[in-house]
Amino acid sequence: MSNKEDEWLYTISAKRKLIDFNFKEIWRYRDLLFLFVKRDIVTLYKQTILGPLWYLIQPLFTSVIFTLIFNNLGQIKTGSVPPFLFNLAGITAWNYFRDCLNNTSSTFTKNQNIFGKVYFPRVILPMSITISNLLKFGIQLLIFIGFFVYYYTTGYELSINSNIILFPVYVVIMAMLGLGLGMIFSSLTTKYRDITVLLTFAVQLLMYVSAVPYPMSEAKAKFPPLVAKIVEYNPLTQIMEGFRYMLLDIGEFNLVRFLYTLGISLFIFLIGLVIFNRTEKSFIDTV
Amino acid sequence: MSEVILKVEHISKQYRLGLVGTGTLSHDLKRWFYKLRGKEDPYLKIGDTNDRSKAAKSDYVWAIKDINFEVKRGEVLGIIGKNGAGKSTLLKILSRVTSPTTGQIKTKGRIASLLEVGTGFHPELTGKENIYLNGAILGMTKAEIKAKEQEIVEFSGCQRYIDTPVKRYSSGMRVRLAFAVAAFLEPDILVVDEVLAVGDAEFQKKAIGKMQDISKGEGRTVLFVSHNMAAVKSLCTRAIVLEHGNIAFSGSVEKSIDFYLLSNTNTAVKNLSLIEDRKGTGIVRFQSFYCENDQGNCIEEVSSGEDVFLCFRVEAIDINEQNSKIDIGFSFHSQLDERVTVLYSSYQNKFFTVNENGTYIIRCRLNNIRFSTGFYNIKARITYNNIEADFPKGYIGGLDVIKGDYYKTGNLGYDDNTKLLINGDWSIVDYKE
Repeated sequence: MSNKEDEWLYTISAKRKLIDFNFKEIWRYRDLLFLFVKRDIVTLYKQTILGPLWYLIQPLFTSVIFTLIFNNLGQIKTGSVPPFLFNLAGITAWNYFRDCLNNTSSTFTKNQNIFGKVYFPRVILPMSITISNLLKFGIQLLIFIGFFVYYYTTGYELSINSNIILFPVYVVIMAMLGLGLGMIFSSLTTKYRDITVLLTFAVQLLMYVSAVPYPMSEAKAKFPPLVAKIVEYNPLTQIMEGFRYMLLDIGEFNLVRFLYTLGISLFIFLIGLVIFNRTEKSFIDTV
Repeated sequence: MSEVILKVEHISKQYRLGLVGTGTLSHDLKRWFYKLRGKEDPYLKIGDTNDRSKAAKSDYVWAIKDINFEVKRGEVLGIIGKNGAGKSTLLKILSRVTSPTTGQIKTKGRIASLLEVGTGFHPELTGKENIYLNGAILGMTKAEIKAKEQEIVEFSGCQRYIDTPVKRYSSGMRVRLAFAVAAFLEPDILVVDEVLAVGDAEFQKKAIGKMQDISKGEGRTVLFVSHNMAAVKSLCTRAIVLEHGNIAFSGSVEKSIDFYLLSNTNTAVKNLSLIEDRKGTGIVRFQSFYCENDQGNCIEEVSSGEDVFLCFRVEAIDINEQNSKIDIGFSFHSQLDERVTVLYSSYQNKFFTVNENGTYIIRCRLNNIRFSTGFYNIKARITYNNIEADFPKGYIGGLDVIKGDYYKTGNLGYDDNTKLLINGDWSIVDYKE
C-alpha cells in the first residue's frame, strides 16, 4: 500500500525543467490535432464568394508584379526559365513558410480564451496550423504545375531535377522553420505586444534577403559583399534555391548547404519548442 | 477504497497587480539577473494576502497561499468562498491552465475541467462537428466521442439543430450542448466551476441530476465550486472554505457551509470610516453600519413582516457646544437606484444630543418590514445643528429582504413583482340606494 502511494500519474509544480516534453501526451491528443486541422480547412472560406480562389489570386498577382519589377525593370536574369514561372516557384514556397510563421505567431494571443479554460498540450495548436497550411500550399503548387505544363508545351526547355525526391524534406524544413520561429514569436507576444507590429514588418523585409524574387547567382554578382553573405547564409535562401533547383533545374545543389539548412531549421524548431513549452505554463497570467 | 487520488501540497500563486508596462520589463530583468547569479526570485518574498476590499500596499498579491489538502477516490469535495477568495485560481492550477508559483500537486488520475462551458465552440461548424471538437479539446479521443455521440445529442435536447452551424443556436442551446459534451467526459477527477448558473430551470435540474449520477452512481472524484449552497449541500461529501487565499475551514459539508455563512455575517458590519467621497463638516461622522435582529445578532437578511434594527455607529469629533441637535436620516434604494423611502429622525421630532466627543451607536427599529422580496441599498446622512455633518456619497450598506409572513396569516402568496406590501381591513356592507 505504501508503495502504491507513491505511484503518482503526474505532478503539477512550479519547477520547470528546461526540456520537458511529454510526447506521450501529445500522442494521446492526436485526434484533437486532426480535428483542429479539419476545423481550419472547413471554416476558412465560409461566407466568402470566391472561396479557395483566393488561394490562386494572391500568388498569381504577386508573381506578375515581381516579374514586371524585378525582371522587366530590374533586368534580373533567370536563364532559360521564364521569369514568371521562376517567381511563381519562389512565391509558392515562400507563402508556405510565411503563413506558418504568421499564423502560429499569434497562437497565444488569439486563443487565450480557450487556453484560459481548458488544458491540452498547447503545442497541438501551432502544429495543426502548420498542417492545415499544407492544403493552401498544395493548391498553389498545382497552379505552379499548371503553368509549368503550359510553358513546357509552348516550347520552353523546362525540366525537373532528380532532387525532386527531396521535396518532402524541403517541406518539412520549411514547416520546422516557420513553426519554430512562430512559436518563439508567439511566446514573446504574450507579454509584450510590440513584437506583433515588428513581425509583420520583419517578414516582409525578410523576403527580400531570402532570394525569393532573384537567384543567388545574381545576388552574388550584384549585391555588396556583406549583403551577399547575409543572403547566402540565410537558411531561407537555401530553401528557395533548393526548391527552384529541383522544380526548374536552375542554380546548383550543394550537400553541405543543404545539411546546414536542415541543421539550422531543426535547431530553431527545438528552440521554439523549448520557449513555447516554458511560456505555456503561465502565459495566461501575463497575456 | 479510501486511496488518496489527489494531493495538494503548499500551493501558492502570486499575481502582479496593475498593468503590464515598462515596470514589468524592469522587474523581469531584475528577476532574470537574480536567477543568473543563482539567487532566489526577489519578488517571491513580498506580496499582500488576497483581500479584495483593502487597498494594495505591494505590487504583488498572493491569490492563494500555502494551500494543502487531499482528496480520496470517489469523494466529492466542495470548494466555497467569497468572490476573489482564490477558488478559481485554485481550479485553474488544478486543471493546469496556469502553473503554481510554489508547491506541487500530485495526482493519480486524469483531471478534466468543466470551467466554463462552450469554450472552443466554433460558430461556423455544425452542432455535431462541435461535439467532436469540444470533446477532443476536453481530452476525449474520437472513438470515445463516437461511442457516446447519441447520448450526448439526446442529453442536450438539440436533435433538431444538430446539423446546423452553432452560430444559429440560441445561447441557451449552446450551453446545453456544451454541458452535454462535458457531462459525458470520463476523467478520474472532474473539476466543476459554477456551470449550473446557466440554462433554464429544467436544464439546471437535469445538470444537477447528472452531476449526482457522476459522483454517486459512477463513483467519480469531483471538485465542485459554487455559490449555490443548496447544490453544494446535495452533491458534496466534504468541503473546504477559502478565505483571502487560505483554507479557513475544512470538514463536513454542513459545518463548512455554516462556517462560510457565519464568516459572511461578520462582513455585514461595513467600515465606513475609509470612504473618501463624502460631504459635510465632519463634526459627526459615520463609522460603521450594520443590521441587527431582536436578539441583537448581526444579520444581512430579513423576512418581510419581521422587525430589524438599523445600527449606525457614529463618531463625534469636534463637539463645541452643549445642547447640540443631531438629526440622522437614511433612505432605501432599489436595485435600479430608485429611492423607495426615506426617514429622518427629525420627521418624528426626534433629535439626539451629545455633549462629549466619542463614539455612539444610533439605532432605529423598523417594525414590520413592508418591503417585498429584493435587495435594498441604504444611504445615510447626518446633520449637526442643521448643518450637514456627514453624507457619504455611495451606499453605506444594504438589506436583503426575503419572502416572509407579512400578513401574519401564514399565507406567503403575494407576488414578488411588487415593491411594497400593505395590510388592509376588509369589510362588506349591503348596498342601499
